[in-house]
Amino acid sequence: MTDLSDDYRGEYPIVVEGLRNAFGEHVVHEDLSLKVRKGEVLGVVGGSGTGKSVLMRSIIGLQPPAAGSVEVLGHDMMADHDGDDIDIRSRWGVLFQGGALFSTLTVEENVEVPLKQFYPELSDRLRSEIARFKVRLSGLPEEAAFKYPSELSGGMKKRAGLARALALDPELLFLDEPTAGLDPIGAAAFDNLTRELKETLGLTVFLITHDLDTLYAVCDRVAVLADRQVIAVGTIPELLALDHPWIQEYFNGPRGRAALAAKGDPEVETAMDSAGNTGA
Amino acid sequence: MREYAEFTLSESDDGGVPTLALKGALRVFSLGDLDARLAALDGNFACIDLSGVDDIDTTGAWLVANYAREHGLSITGESEQAHRLLAAIGSVGEHPAEPLPGPSLLPRTLADIGDVVIGWGHGFVRSIAFLGELIAALGTTLRHPSRLRGTALVHHMQYVGINSLWIIGLMSFLIGIVIAQQGAVQLEQFGAEIYTINLTGRLSMRELGILMTSIMVAGRSGSAFAAQIGTMKLTEEVDAMRTSGVSPMEALVVPRVLASMIMMPLLGFYSAVLSIIGGAFISNFALDIPFWTFLQRMQEVVPITDVWVGLSKAPVFGLIVALAGCYQGMQVSGSAEEVGTRTTQAVVTAIFTVIVLDAFFAIFFTEIGWK
Repeated sequence: MTDLSDDYRGEYPIVVEGLRNAFGEHVVHEDLSLKVRKGEVLGVVGGSGTGKSVLMRSIIGLQPPAAGSVEVLGHDMMADHDGDDIDIRSRWGVLFQGGALFSTLTVEENVEVPLKQFYPELSDRLRSEIARFKVRLSGLPEEAAFKYPSELSGGMKKRAGLARALALDPELLFLDEPTAGLDPIGAAAFDNLTRELKETLGLTVFLITHDLDTLYAVCDRVAVLADRQVIAVGTIPELLALDHPWIQEYFNGPRGRAALAAKGDPEVETAMDSAGNTGA
Repeated sequence: MREYAEFTLSESDDGGVPTLALKGALRVFSLGDLDARLAALDGNFACIDLSGVDDIDTTGAWLVANYAREHGLSITGESEQAHRLLAAIGSVGEHPAEPLPGPSLLPRTLADIGDVVIGWGHGFVRSIAFLGELIAALGTTLRHPSRLRGTALVHHMQYVGINSLWIIGLMSFLIGIVIAQQGAVQLEQFGAEIYTINLTGRLSMRELGILMTSIMVAGRSGSAFAAQIGTMKLTEEVDAMRTSGVSPMEALVVPRVLASMIMMPLLGFYSAVLSIIGGAFISNFALDIPFWTFLQRMQEVVPITDVWVGLSKAPVFGLIVALAGCYQGMQVSGSAEEVGTRTTQAVVTAIFTVIVLDAFFAIFFTEIGWK
């Protein structure tokens, strides 16, 4: 892994080292390493099938890796902590791609699930009030709290999933393609929401995305997955300075340029032009 | 051991109203029953002092903000973090909506009964419409035989027929044993054990073979049809078929219906034969009627009309079972839970309809003289 700006001295809530994931003969990750800084929004990009979701699943313990070490908030995820595991799971929130709401529960009851699981001592009234507050916090209208997931649109499902992920005030938030399938207005609103939540709640966000606009709008740093590894981590200008074909094509392609033009970041523009010139 | 958040009441200097001072961590894991204890106070304070709070999250901030709003209190001494959270909470808005109160028990019960009745009515109309659609699709298939999905048909014939040979065979064999043994016990009292052969043979051929087979196929294949088609509806596969010009009726329903209409008579006959063998088997040991004598006698006492009665019911039952499965599968919309309820309904309606129709058939065949 090339960490492009190595002057950071703070904490790393997520540390992955030497990770190997394989499905039968097919090796997804080989000797993958990644460190996520506290309080940052880390975007994870890569072509389809490079194992972005598998990486997330490895970090949160849904996909036991073949080799390597994963440490989340100081916990070794490989070791079998019978009792502790529960504690670590109350300190992160996960938004799955499709929302993954429990289809037999209303949105409010969905948000209450983790609260009930971890803090049964809270009174019913307080729990329901907290749940409704989280529903509003994630930008849903209050009435949506009483609806079932099948009655919600795709964008509302994602917001409801986010409300559930935020139920326990996590320190870490995992978002798997939060803006995929949303209309541009909804996607931009979701980007703003992510940014705001990160700033007010001091979250560390691990964000998998294909959406270039999201990268420019929300992410502090970007990790690029290719060739079974994280080939580079850095800010977008730093990544542009690299001479890797996939990275150049990704950010310098028509969509990358359009997203940049929309954002209009002069620093990035300079970096991009110089990269383009050297490339030509 | 978790440390729960605490509060103290401090008298102000001039002996007036006290200040509510919160202490410790105001986090979701340390709140405990703080809200209940706060609610028990009279709320008559000068302000809420947060200077003793060392950690706070949205849940804690929400509790404080809510309490302050309810009692019209101001908040002092908050940390920078708490200030940010409180500001964020203020901007989210503070109009918690309550779910609309539902109607009371009696109107609700009446409304529910009405819904069920209307649901039955709609279901009846829809299933007739489905039957009509199916007949139209079968007609199309007859006129253009090349549009019949041969592979799918054979696949479902294997699934409905061949794969269930084991379980239906075993079930029928055991039922044959039970009929012969129990029948013999009763008939023995009149010295008429020999009629056990009539009982076993006629009952198996005429009624039980096909009835038990239909029930087994409904449970085994009808449910599978409902679940398969229902899941395809959920994943929009059925819609994808429609938009690409493929009629789901022809691609999904016709092969399944034809497969079970073809396999049901075969399975029914097989089942009847196996239960006769079961009867012969037990008679050999319990009644001193030799195995081969039992089978020979069978040809003399079971009229051929019994076989026709059994076999002519079979395709109808096959149609009912497959139709119920496919119809319920096509009605799925919304959530995964519905696949489950629709599958259950498919099995229940199939078995119920089969038994009701069987009663009609029994009267009909007796009336036309096939006794």
